[in-house]
Amino acid sequence: MNDYLGDVAALARKDLALELRARDTLPAMVLFVLSTLVVFHFALPRDAGDEAAYGLLWVAIVFTALLGLSRAWVPESRDGAIDALVLATRDRSAIWVAKTLAALAFLAVAELVALPAFALLFAPLDAAAVAGAALASIGLCVVGSLAAALASAGRGREVVLPLLVLPLSIPLVVGGVGASISPQAGDYLLFLGVYDAVFAILSWASFEYVITE
Amino acid sequence: MIRAEGIEKRFGGRAVVRGLSFAVSRGEVMLVTGANGSGKTTLLRLVAGLTTPTRGTLAVEVDRSRLGYLAHEPLLYRELTALENLDLFGRLYHVPERRERVGMLLERFGIWDARSERVSSLSRGMVQRLALCRALLHEPELLVLDEPFTALDEEGAELLDAELVSLASAATLVISTHDPDRVTPLSTSRLALA
Amino acid sequence: MTQTRPSLPVLAVGSTALMSAALLAIFFVAEQDADQGLSQKIFFFHVPIALTAYACFGLGAWKALRVLWTRGERYDLESYTAIHQGTIFGALTLITGCIWAKASWGVWWTWSSNQLVLFLVLFLFYCAYFMLRFSVEDGPRRERVSAVYALFGVALIPVSFFAIRLANDFIHPTVFTREGPQMTGRMFLAFSVAWAAIFALAYVMYRVELAGKRTDAHLRELREALAR
Repeated sequence: MNDYLGDVAALARKDLALELRARDTLPAMVLFVLSTLVVFHFALPRDAGDEAAYGLLWVAIVFTALLGLSRAWVPESRDGAIDALVLATRDRSAIWVAKTLAALAFLAVAELVALPAFALLFAPLDAAAVAGAALASIGLCVVGSLAAALASAGRGREVVLPLLVLPLSIPLVVGGVGASISPQAGDYLLFLGVYDAVFAILSWASFEYVITE
Repeated sequence: MIRAEGIEKRFGGRAVVRGLSFAVSRGEVMLVTGANGSGKTTLLRLVAGLTTPTRGTLAVEVDRSRLGYLAHEPLLYRELTALENLDLFGRLYHVPERRERVGMLLERFGIWDARSERVSSLSRGMVQRLALCRALLHEPELLVLDEPFTALDEEGAELLDAELVSLASAATLVISTHDPDRVTPLSTSRLALA
Repeated sequence: MTQTRPSLPVLAVGSTALMSAALLAIFFVAEQDADQGLSQKIFFFHVPIALTAYACFGLGAWKALRVLWTRGERYDLESYTAIHQGTIFGALTLITGCIWAKASWGVWWTWSSNQLVLFLVLFLFYCAYFMLRFSVEDGPRRERVSAVYALFGVALIPVSFFAIRLANDFIHPTVFTREGPQMTGRMFLAFSVAWAAIFALAYVMYRVELAGKRTDAHLRELREALAR
């Protein structure tokens, strides 16, 4: 178990270090989400309620996550490092855990900017909304990093990845929006938790089959 | 240690490796020769366990953690330093006394001075040497080397020559090469691909 | 092909007979619905088609599990065919659903039908299955990638169902009252026959498509053998 966590830590640290050096994905995600929010202001009619805005926040988050995820496996595919990882790790699911954690870290940073900006520009966010954002982000990264691995198996991965993630993200959007606007936010948070658990287990168990031949 | 019977590998409709049977015993040095496109790389990937045969049986009786692989591509992270790359793989392989081993390999292959440089700024020859270090890091019992001399500079080639001599007595080697003369003195068996 | 399976021509004839029986039952045996009239008859197609689609996706996921557990091209073909059939029946569900919505409520689409929305999501998901599958080169990698995605699909079905329920409860309150008429005995009979008929049809289509794909595979193998 310690070995497994050690592997995850080493891999996650590698992903974070790579992003800190290249500094291309994270600034792009932050700028993307801010730009999208501004575009949404112009996309909303004058008398649209707060509730419409929450929906658009979630659209922005999903697409920002997709931006980050599309770059998740690039370092591995560049010089074939994925082969070396596949050979070196005892349990390949550690690779998935590390990628998910790294993707989550980047998405969290983007949201640390996006959520306050949203509250400033559109409508306030309460604790339930933020909790919803956290849980839904976990779900996005969980299925997203697996979907990114699925997409990397073939051609046209940049196109295939959004197609795979979007249907899977619909429950997350429902959960996130519901947590923001519904009086019964607890139901939605519970639902998000269940989604995260179910798909985390499924992704964790199936990663080995996706990454190997 | 390695037993192959009638193995075949197809990509789409094309058979790259066809009806191959061979055996490699522990401690042997097998040389794989053949023209470009004859399936050398695919065969070595099969032996390394990176891919599975479409048909036939291939048994490699060594644990993945005791196997070292050197490919055409460096299999390294471009934006990490030489040291960071080896440290990462050292951790993943759970190499005992990792720091010392990494340091020793870097020195042996003349990369010590460049250890804090990113791989993207190293010459192709240095990168290949680093890739070799990665393959040797965990003292593998089976080494699979895909045209190891191709990207090496002259100095690196000499280092590899010396290394292969000591490796030949310690581990089992499967080497594919364009230039059989270099490895022939060491090899105990030969597999020619059509 | 094992000998215990009924032969394809027999099945085809059987399912044609069943389908005829179903049509008779739907139009002549079951009473006409007081509220909706003739258009309610679509229900007898729509619901069995939806149930059949679920069954196909389930079969596809089960075969996908077999792909991952054992190595065998046959499970991959079976999984792919099942999902293909499921997608076809899913599309039919959407189409019959739209027709029914138009006939019942005067609109081609309504978001308040949970079943319809669920099928829309699933239809998108399984269309992506084909995009994914055909982006990967033929081989064991493609089999595994397809299988994993098929398993995700089957997990998505209940999760999406609850998501849509939640969405309709609080985000989009229901405008129209729920479908699902009270069935009389004769209606239930017609429904059961229709379900059996559509199921049989799906099974026949599945077997036909599978046979076609297997023949293609054999042909390919023969060609490769000759080329050696």
